[in-house]
Amino acid sequence: MAFRLKLVPEKTNFDFFKHQVATFGFSVVMVLASIVLVLTMGLNLGIDFRGGTTIRTEADQTEPVDIGAYRSAIAPLGLGDVLITQVYDPNFRADQKVVTIRIQAQDGQEAISPETQAKVLDSLKTVNKDIKIVATESIGPKVSGELIWTAIWSVLAAVAAILVYIWLRFEWQFSVGAVAALIHDVTVTVGIFALFQIKFDLSIIAALLTILGYSINDTVVVFDRLRENLVKYKKMPLREVMNLSVNETLSRTVMTSGTTLLALISLLVLGGDVIRNFVFAMTWGVIVGTYSSVYVAKNIVLFIGLDRNKEKKDPSEKFFDKTDVATD
Amino acid sequence: MLHISLWKRVLILIVVVIGLVFAAPNIFYNRVEGHNDAVAAAAKGQALTPDQQAARAGWPDWLPSDIVNLGLDLRGGAQLLAEVNVDEVYKARVDALWPEFRKALAAERGTLGSIRRLNADPGVLRIQIGNADQIAEAQKIAETLNNPVSSLTGVGQKTLAITTQGNQLIVQLSDAEKAATDDRTMQQSLEIVRRRIDAAGTREPTIVREGSDRILIQVPGASSAQEIKQLIGTTAKLTFNSVIGTSSNPNEAVGSDQEILPSADQKGLYYILDSVPVVTGEDLTDARPDTDQNGYPAVAFRFNASAARTFGDYTQNNIGKPFAIVLDKKVISAPTIQSHIAGGSGIITGRFTVKEATDLALLLRAGALPASMNFLEERTIGPELGADSIAAGKMAAAVGAVLVVVFMIASYGTFGVFASLALGINIALIFAIMSAIGGTLTLPGIAGIVLTMGTAVDANVLVFERIREELRNQQKAKAARAIELGYERAMSAIIDANVTTFLTAVILFVLGAGPVRGFAVTFLIGIITSVFTAIWVTRLFVSLWFARRRPRELVL
Repeated sequence: MAFRLKLVPEKTNFDFFKHQVATFGFSVVMVLASIVLVLTMGLNLGIDFRGGTTIRTEADQTEPVDIGAYRSAIAPLGLGDVLITQVYDPNFRADQKVVTIRIQAQDGQEAISPETQAKVLDSLKTVNKDIKIVATESIGPKVSGELIWTAIWSVLAAVAAILVYIWLRFEWQFSVGAVAALIHDVTVTVGIFALFQIKFDLSIIAALLTILGYSINDTVVVFDRLRENLVKYKKMPLREVMNLSVNETLSRTVMTSGTTLLALISLLVLGGDVIRNFVFAMTWGVIVGTYSSVYVAKNIVLFIGLDRNKEKKDPSEKFFDKTDVATD
Repeated sequence: MLHISLWKRVLILIVVVIGLVFAAPNIFYNRVEGHNDAVAAAAKGQALTPDQQAARAGWPDWLPSDIVNLGLDLRGGAQLLAEVNVDEVYKARVDALWPEFRKALAAERGTLGSIRRLNADPGVLRIQIGNADQIAEAQKIAETLNNPVSSLTGVGQKTLAITTQGNQLIVQLSDAEKAATDDRTMQQSLEIVRRRIDAAGTREPTIVREGSDRILIQVPGASSAQEIKQLIGTTAKLTFNSVIGTSSNPNEAVGSDQEILPSADQKGLYYILDSVPVVTGEDLTDARPDTDQNGYPAVAFRFNASAARTFGDYTQNNIGKPFAIVLDKKVISAPTIQSHIAGGSGIITGRFTVKEATDLALLLRAGALPASMNFLEERTIGPELGADSIAAGKMAAAVGAVLVVVFMIASYGTFGVFASLALGINIALIFAIMSAIGGTLTLPGIAGIVLTMGTAVDANVLVFERIREELRNQQKAKAARAIELGYERAMSAIIDANVTTFLTAVILFVLGAGPVRGFAVTFLIGIITSVFTAIWVTRLFVSLWFARRRPRELVL
């Protein structure tokens, strides 16, 4: 017998509905909390959505960065709201000090003018004459406004496409359950961004869409097994069939989430700070997505109830019916 | 299911081998890139330097040489999103119509009465005629100047929309003509931007139209967006106009056909010019840096045949009078015409530095942008940051891959080895397809590949778990049967799961911009290749292994 790593025992028999009220309640609370967080704290929108300029500077120095000095160097330029943050990354050299400077969109101009950019650099050189600008991004209010709408549309379009596909392949109850799980995942992820005030930009939208894809992937695998078991165990109550299906697919769920998380975590740690927020969103999304496919999607389906026999009139007799089940 | 027919095996192997061969150039990235640059230079007819010849020899010609383009975030470079003010062209077109209309209407002054142009919005020509009751007649005359639109979509429509209001004729471009004009303006702008950037000599810039009135410009290796902006942002509209007089008052009242423009180098000096130019920069066939008779930098130019004739006639009739050389609404010099300039060549002087003369010559050669541009978005990524990102991405991908492989082998043993091999082939196929379609790898694209590594094993996991189940459920089941059933039964879950992921990836691609799209491309390709490798490549391995070993009992 060869050694086998088994994270999940061969045969599991967890009752995933045992703590139904608690888990579902937890999800509802998380979603509501996220909405409240987004509404009260707001999102830390990046320049993609708000317009403005970010400048990334780099300086070779061993002593710590004095953000205050940066701020007072730039203040006389009168650029309005300026946000200065130091960037940390395990991959940086010991003497590599990186700072991002975010400047609000300037009145009456789309992208930042060359003069302003030169002035910023000149001012910073008074702090450390070796400061270099390694990247700048400047986005006008016109484009940022459009990007917000494109982002919202793309998330809605993805949800709609998934809704239709699941509905065509399964039953409408499944698609409602799947979409509820998706909305759960997206809301909770956006909530985390509001809570920690992590920069929310275009790449996060890409991450959200990827989470949608990943989460639905998980949900579909469970649903697929559920559909199969519904045919196989015609008389078993829906709740038990669901439990059985989740148990049967549990080892797969854990394996896939495991490999994906391994890959994402190495990216999170080693991939550099430029995409850290993006990877963070995905890592969080994979965790939430796995949870939601086990605890959210099918609970909704159970809640709505499946019409396992469309011809039968009396619902009380449905588990004793001999005719075909209403799945394909 | 376990047995795969010979031709299928061959087909799978061929796909894998082709994939590996086409992915291979990416391993020798710098060498292949040097080779490709040298080949491109040779194709342009340039003589190769010894360095370039060495670079060319660094990769054999007969091997595939397509490599994945690195996005600006990995290579460093500048990106600009420019909006072309297409409306400006309407104004110029309508203004140019006025002399024509005046002439046609003035010929009938007897019936129409006096003819006057009124102030109106840009792009609208309002003409007042003296006798209001003759407005229908005026419209009839105006309509004779209206031509059919010369575009495919505008067939049967006229270029102008001519309406009347009281005693006024209102002339503007028709919607069909506006659309046709917008299209021409964009084409011309794209071409001019391309020529100006090409002339500056950088590696393959990307210059594409986005939407109805935008141009996306990406120049790898450019040190700043400003540099490109300065190069393309200058309109370089050159005209030669008659000088009517000079003034020190910028607000001096001038005639309706005249304009007052500042001198470029003498503060407080303004020229009153005939607003209809004698010739324009569009008629230039050549412009190059030169020196004037005093040895100062200047720009020598040459006109095309018809402009040369016009210019010749004009100079002959106006000897001793000044004429103005106007660049972007500034008079850069106003020499006095010394003699008849035949042949259409001349020289522009204007106290330039050598660099200014060189730049002006470049701008004139490339032609004028038909309309000005606003820059909506600018990004510059330094090459060092790009190199750091590549290094970090490579490291993360390598560690991620090792972890996934270890995890898979620990969980599934031999089958885990097959899945890992398939994963390697999968990544090679992604690179092969990206290279072949000229896709661009961005930093989020690397993340897409890393994510694919995580999810690519999913289809295998589905199959393996299913095989395990079949082995458990039917204790006596033969190994072969269990494997067959495993593949069979996992199929619907694999398809459903991947189709839904595919849908979101397509939406990402269609609606995404910039780096998001880069991510979507790798992710989309990754989904396709992972389904192929999971379903066919691992199955091929499993069936080959099974045929050799013939295990009585399967341990999974």
